Amino acid sequence: MIRRTVGRLAATVFIAVVLAFFTLPMLWLASAPFDDTPAITTSIPEFTLRNFAAILDNPYALGSIRNSLIQGGGAAALVVVLAALAAYALSRVRVPGRDVLLYLLLLLSSVVTGTAAMVPIFELATRLDLIDTHLGVILVVSGGLLPAAIFILKDFMDDTPTSYEESARVFGATPLQILRHIVVPLVRPGLATIAVWALASVWGGFLFQFILLRDPAKAPGSVILYTLYTEGGAPRLDLISTFSLLYSLPVVAMYLFVSQRYGFRFHGGIKR
Amino acid sequence: MARPTSAADAAGLGQGRAIAFVLPALALIAVFLVFPALWTIYLGLTDYRLTGLAAADPQLVGTDNYTGALGDPRFLSSLWLTLLYVGGSAVIGQAGLGFALAWVLRTRGGPLRRAVEGVVLLSWILPSTVVGFLWFALLDRDDGTLNALLHTPGFAWLLDHPLLSIIVFNVWRGTAFSMMLYSAALENVPPSHLETARLAGASVPQQLRDVVLPRIRRHILTNLLLISLWTFNDFTPFVLTGGGPEGRSEILPVYVYRVALRDGQLGAGAAISFLILLINLVFALAYLRLLRGRRRHQEITAAAGPPA
Repeated sequence: MIRRTVGRLAATVFIAVVLAFFTLPMLWLASAPFDDTPAITTSIPEFTLRNFAAILDNPYALGSIRNSLIQGGGAAALVVVLAALAAYALSRVRVPGRDVLLYLLLLLSSVVTGTAAMVPIFELATRLDLIDTHLGVILVVSGGLLPAAIFILKDFMDDTPTSYEESARVFGATPLQILRHIVVPLVRPGLATIAVWALASVWGGFLFQFILLRDPAKAPGSVILYTLYTEGGAPRLDLISTFSLLYSLPVVAMYLFVSQRYGFRFHGGIKR
Repeated sequence: MARPTSAADAAGLGQGRAIAFVLPALALIAVFLVFPALWTIYLGLTDYRLTGLAAADPQLVGTDNYTGALGDPRFLSSLWLTLLYVGGSAVIGQAGLGFALAWVLRTRGGPLRRAVEGVVLLSWILPSTVVGFLWFALLDRDDGTLNALLHTPGFAWLLDHPLLSIIVFNVWRGTAFSMMLYSAALENVPPSHLETARLAGASVPQQLRDVVLPRIRRHILTNLLLISLWTFNDFTPFVLTGGGPEGRSEILPVYVYRVALRDGQLGAGAAISFLILLINLVFALAYLRLLRGRRRHQEITAAAGPPA
């Protein structure tokens, strides 16, 4: 009896501490942008919208969100299209060595990380004239995301019946038409998963964007955060917190939307 | 007419077209994944530099870069810091806290369960760099927000305890993954078995050891492999401390960045990258071994990505 009470008490304390640990930073993120002096929270925050005005005045802030959209959207589109084509073919046709290929792809994608390929990727981008281009970021990131995307999509496609495709074929549809009009609608949740995952990867991604983009006018939001300093070199917490909030909202909204619409549960690594 | 094999070539793709469908993806992977891996091996054997003479005409220097790194106290310290960082933030922090949360929420969570899970999950959804700056702001300076909240003035987190700072950061943003994985794993443990053990007077540690652990061993291994790999390769702590002060939070990804791109020693950086690549290979092979034979969505998806 005593043991049970102690256990319940310990559990309650544990949950309270954990909840505080996770909630407090979020409260800061939600309140600091409206606070006149976000560094010192011991005082009652003084409500203001000035920080939002200041962010709009920053020459790179809005543009960086556009850059994130271009890079994230570009990578998501490229990954979804190429992975869907590849996964479809790999799911439906017995290409020799298919299983070995898939295995190697998955292995490679987790072995060749930004940290392990920093130098050659930087070199490659320099020689291909991809430094300071959206395309450079899109290609590099897509190359890294594709193997897992193919893997996941193939799983989805293996689960769909082939009978519709057979009848469409009888009526003379081409493989691309079949893919577009029959297979794509069937695996839409898978495609949505991949698209969200790719977009979120780029949205939060830092290393490649940081080393491939020098021009702040091309930098995405994740990197621009790093430049919000005063002239004296101290971070501008008011701007950083405000921009952080603005930059987070689209991703959070996207997750809520997609998980509601397509009901994908939170699986493992599906965030970036 | 050649009958298509088993999976019934329903779309009439044929092998030729199938290859054409796979090729664009493979080309991109070859150029931006396979080739860099091979090139890093070559570059690591040269004295290639960003600027100067060796930039125009790099020479092969054999294993000089490797012996150089092994003799560099800063590399060894970086390796040690990385071990502490991965061990502290991923193994003890994310996996430990994640399991404890999953367990407590399952056994005693009650109505709070969904709310707590939701809050933790939100920390995972937020963009990584945002979380980095969030913690930067909280930990920054003597009068930083966290010190004000905890009433611990004088505890200069980022300056005096840089490694601890990035550990806290990584625990905060990564625990959700472990929590969800263990929540799913605990579904495999029949409540009746736990009830029986409890009635027989088994303490919680005994229940965990005798009833829970044998059933979720695989999940634990999967979890540890994945989060260690991700943490090991993550560059985001750079946002908090830049590796400093005096290299005291310079984990390997940050070390490589400094050597290769900031100090411009591309060859030396590539050599260290190759060592990282080898370590990744060990993790990935172990993970794929676990995965083999049972391709369940959940585990495959888990392979999809490190928290970037």
